[in-house]
Amino acid sequence: MNSEYNHLENAVTTTEPASATHAVAARAVDVWKVYGNSEQTRVNALAGVSVDFEQGKFTAIMGPSGSGKSTLMHCLAGLDEVTQGEVSIGDLRINGLNDAGLTKMRRSKVGFIFQQFNLLPTLTAKENITLPLDIGGRKPDQAWMDLVIKTVGLGDRLGHKPTELSGGQQQRVACARALVARPEVIFADEPTGNLDSRSGADVLSFLRQSVDEFGQTIVMVTHDPHAASYADRVIFLADGKIVAHMDQPTEDRVLDQMKNLDAARGV
Amino acid sequence: MLRAIFKSLLSRKLRLLLSGFAVVLGVMAVSGAFVLSDTLTKSFDDLFATANKNLDVQITGNRNVGDGGGDSFATPVPEKAVATVKDVPGVKKAEGSIGLNGARVVDKDNGKVIGSQGPPRLGIAWTGETDLMQIAEGTAPKNDKEVIINQGLAKKGDFKVGDTIDVLTLLQPKSTYTVSGIFELSGGRESLGGETYVGFTLAEAQRVMLGQSDAYSAIDVEANDGVSQTQLKADIENALGGAYTVKTGDEVADEQKADVEEFLSIFRNVLLGFAGVALFVGIFLILNTFSIIVAQRTKELALFRAMGASRRQIMWTVLLEAIVIGVIASFLGFLAGLGVAAGLKALVESSSGSALPGSGLSIPPIAIIASFTVGIIVTLIAAVVPALRAARIAPIAAMRQAADTQKPLRKITIAGAILTALGMALMGWGLFGDASIWALLGGVLFTYIGVAMLTPSIAKPVIDVVGRVFSWSLPGKLGRRNSARNPRRTAITAAALMVGISLIAGVTVLGSSIKTSFAKLVSDGVKAELLIIGDLDGGEGARPTYDPAVIDEVKALPDVAYVTPYQNDNVELDGNEEFASAADWTTMQQMIDVEGIQGEFRDLKPGEIIVDDKMADELDLKVGSTVGVATNRKLPGSNDGGVKDMTVVGIYDQSEFLGGLLLSEDDAKAGFSQPQPSEGYIKLKDGADVNVVKDQVDDILANNPEVSAQTQGELVEQGKKQIDQLLIIIYILLALAIVIAVLGVINTLALSILERTRELGLLRAVGLTRAQTMRMVTVESIVIAVFGSLLGIVVGCGLGTAIVKALKDDGISELDFPWTRLIIFLIIAIVVGLFAAIIPAIKAARTNVLRAISYE
Ligand SMILES: Nc1ncnc2c1ncn2[C@@H]1O[C@H](COP(=O)(O)OP(=O)(O)OP(=O)(O)O)[C@@H](O)[C@H]1O
Ligand SMILES: [Mg+2]
Repeated sequence: MNSEYNHLENAVTTTEPASATHAVAARAVDVWKVYGNSEQTRVNALAGVSVDFEQGKFTAIMGPSGSGKSTLMHCLAGLDEVTQGEVSIGDLRINGLNDAGLTKMRRSKVGFIFQQFNLLPTLTAKENITLPLDIGGRKPDQAWMDLVIKTVGLGDRLGHKPTELSGGQQQRVACARALVARPEVIFADEPTGNLDSRSGADVLSFLRQSVDEFGQTIVMVTHDPHAASYADRVIFLADGKIVAHMDQPTEDRVLDQMKNLDAARGV
Repeated sequence: MLRAIFKSLLSRKLRLLLSGFAVVLGVMAVSGAFVLSDTLTKSFDDLFATANKNLDVQITGNRNVGDGGGDSFATPVPEKAVATVKDVPGVKKAEGSIGLNGARVVDKDNGKVIGSQGPPRLGIAWTGETDLMQIAEGTAPKNDKEVIINQGLAKKGDFKVGDTIDVLTLLQPKSTYTVSGIFELSGGRESLGGETYVGFTLAEAQRVMLGQSDAYSAIDVEANDGVSQTQLKADIENALGGAYTVKTGDEVADEQKADVEEFLSIFRNVLLGFAGVALFVGIFLILNTFSIIVAQRTKELALFRAMGASRRQIMWTVLLEAIVIGVIASFLGFLAGLGVAAGLKALVESSSGSALPGSGLSIPPIAIIASFTVGIIVTLIAAVVPALRAARIAPIAAMRQAADTQKPLRKITIAGAILTALGMALMGWGLFGDASIWALLGGVLFTYIGVAMLTPSIAKPVIDVVGRVFSWSLPGKLGRRNSARNPRRTAITAAALMVGISLIAGVTVLGSSIKTSFAKLVSDGVKAELLIIGDLDGGEGARPTYDPAVIDEVKALPDVAYVTPYQNDNVELDGNEEFASAADWTTMQQMIDVEGIQGEFRDLKPGEIIVDDKMADELDLKVGSTVGVATNRKLPGSNDGGVKDMTVVGIYDQSEFLGGLLLSEDDAKAGFSQPQPSEGYIKLKDGADVNVVKDQVDDILANNPEVSAQTQGELVEQGKKQIDQLLIIIYILLALAIVIAVLGVINTLALSILERTRELGLLRAVGLTRAQTMRMVTVESIVIAVFGSLLGIVVGCGLGTAIVKALKDDGISELDFPWTRLIIFLIIAIVVGLFAAIIPAIKAARTNVLRAISYE
């Protein structure tokens, strides 16, 4: 039924084996996620996805709505259980971990940036940033904190509550929070989806910067080709499968690829 | 429309269950109160109808003292009056009878008297079977050493025909009789309502109960057919002259009913009081639930408005919901009330040892009307503010981001301050002025509402301080911040708890002050080391007494310096009913703190009295004045009205320890309804061991089961114990108010958690463990609970202080704050907070992270 992708299959499989020279921050091996249990309602949100995310790389995940981007991210981050397959963060295999294990893993190994409502309204910006550390009872590394805060450029607004910050500022606080615990990988689900282009650009360059300067690994879901162009690599999903990938993307090439995919789906 | 409302009701079952529960409890008490009192009244009416079936007119002697209430004692009717009555036309039968409260039977097992608190213990003359009483076993008493008793008493004391039985009577210390028979009351009942009967021969009853031979306590008259009770009453009054009190059978029955009504009204008032507290606390609960529901539905309601719904329509959607809840809760409460009434009826029956006549419950219309009116009105009152708030939602709110912004608290704070001040003024008026109890209750109510309105603005600073304790961990910090997030919500939840806790704290302060005052009174005012005394709350109608011969034996003990008996009764002084005491007053001065002001303070001879300074002022009495004194039993030398002229020999300073008229021992012996002493004061010689003497006195008292020797410390302990017993009953009743408030805490937490699903998901996503989530919710719960109880303790201490101050003249001289207990209440609050957090915390910990973060 997915025969229209056959001409792309080749390109995908060639990228599959993890490159021997680079360490892997997150890996999915033949991951399936199936919703619904009756024949009629069954949805294969992920249908055998295998992918490696190299350390110190900024990867964007793209694809049409409902293609399984968020599902893939949730499975990788241990927020959702896979139906079949293997997921690991760093060298820790996470499927099969119980809630306590997953919680601990999330606390120390992953950072999150959601599209909106990223911050706790009762905490100040600074308290929101240190939240993952505080939860784990860890002391922040002061020099690192200062560096992150400086990079994120909030300076005098640290004592403010989220309601007193603009949407862009809120997202930058969320970025700083994701960074501060030095996680293995940061997952961002459309972090700029709710922002105007300028605030979006601020957030994206900040993410780019944290990859270049701090060697952070970032996986970002986006609909926006411009946002994707900040990444080192783009993976395209359709109907729960990886259908293409692209290294060193530019806005135009991403747009072209998306048109191709749409054409392939007959849209 | 209605269907939509009903659907939304069903979808919030738990919430409604919790908020409706307070109404259910309150209405339950209301319906229980009315159904129970109606059922019991009907039952007792039936009982008295049976008991008085053939009583058309009853004649008793006049009362020398008082007008028939409480302990008062009707003078005997002489034998010759029976003959006079018999001659009155229309009289079918006239019989003298004796029936007086005060025949106390000793329990074989523990040596104490049976039934010292509660229904009367009657001593009667057995003059043969009647419609009311039939012999079930054995025979009538054949001589003065035999008695017949009722089945209820036989059961309570495990007496059989032929057993010996020890009885204390009004005029005689413990004496031994033999049970010749056991009788039952009509319908096979063991007793009418738990009372006991000892039936003596007529002569013995006259000797030990009445104190006069050839006399009765009443004449019971049966009329010929066709003669009206009122006519016969008038005829008999004419025939006898004014020296007697004549009543128709109906009047007698009405009086008996009035007594029962008074007893039942206590039940009813306790239940209604409980209902008031439950419903009042319930208002807070419902108010909060509706406020939260309205807040959560702001967008939805605004959308309705945008689509053209009027304010009125929006308001009615909320009010209709309230009415539905009110109706359902009232219905459930009404049914539960029937259960309560049935349970309490069974309790009354088991304590009286026999089933009440009339099967089933009687449900008066007022029970139904009151239940539903109260339930629905309370729910509506609570829903009015949220409904108005809902109506005020602007259509534009549909488009706006749901803001967590707080409305300023200034208006509500000012209104609260005014109400509080008004309430306190009313309370002050009720306590210190001459206003009625309603002013006091209204004042308390206003104060509560006022303080509740003040709580939102107090909440922030207090929670900051309280919460700081928990801030060492992140979950603690988050919990504390969450509790400070919506001051109104937290405040109302805490205020509900405040009401219950403050009532508890208030009565605790009062109880503790009474205890301290009593202890101080004893230690300051009593110099006697040992006292002979019975239970402090000994039965009405017959005080605990002991054989006066004991005093001489005690006096003979080597270590005893002085001893005096003491007894009291009510008398009439110049026509006013007054408290009167008799003792060896010379000796008494060695025992208690008492000061003569004028004349002499000494042991009195018959006909001599000492008055307190207040009486002297009011009646303008001086040393040497003569004044008329009437005692319950006629004194020798008194006129027809039982009044005897007596001479004032001294005036003394009335104190908390001693007040009223002081009489000679001889006059008391002859004139008091119980001639035996009820207390005794013993002063020891220097160097004597109080415990040794105590044992010696107890030996002497072996035959006096109602009293014992007690040291001052033991007496104080006894007093404290009794107050504690009372406090425990009040605590149990008020604990239900706390339970309701705890439901409020659970409700608020559950709703808040629902509101913060998204945040919970975020926290869980960034690594908050389930245990930490639970801790966060628990801290929020504890903070609310501690805040509420702190408020409650403060308000309760204020309330208690005000009452104690108001009762200063009634002997509560000391104000005492029982800190340990108050701290225990605070600890209980923490436990309560923990408890309330369980369900919400589990719910929060179970939050599905994925669903939460994708939740809009
Ligand atoms: N809880 C669920 N139950 C059933 N189906 C689900 C559930 N969650 C997601 N799906 C389905 O899984 C598929 C993938 O969903 P997913 O949210 O991953 O898409 P997405 O690529 O993130 O889309 P978008 O760009 O709109 O966010 C969709 O077809 C969706 O309908
Ligand atoms: Mg998505």
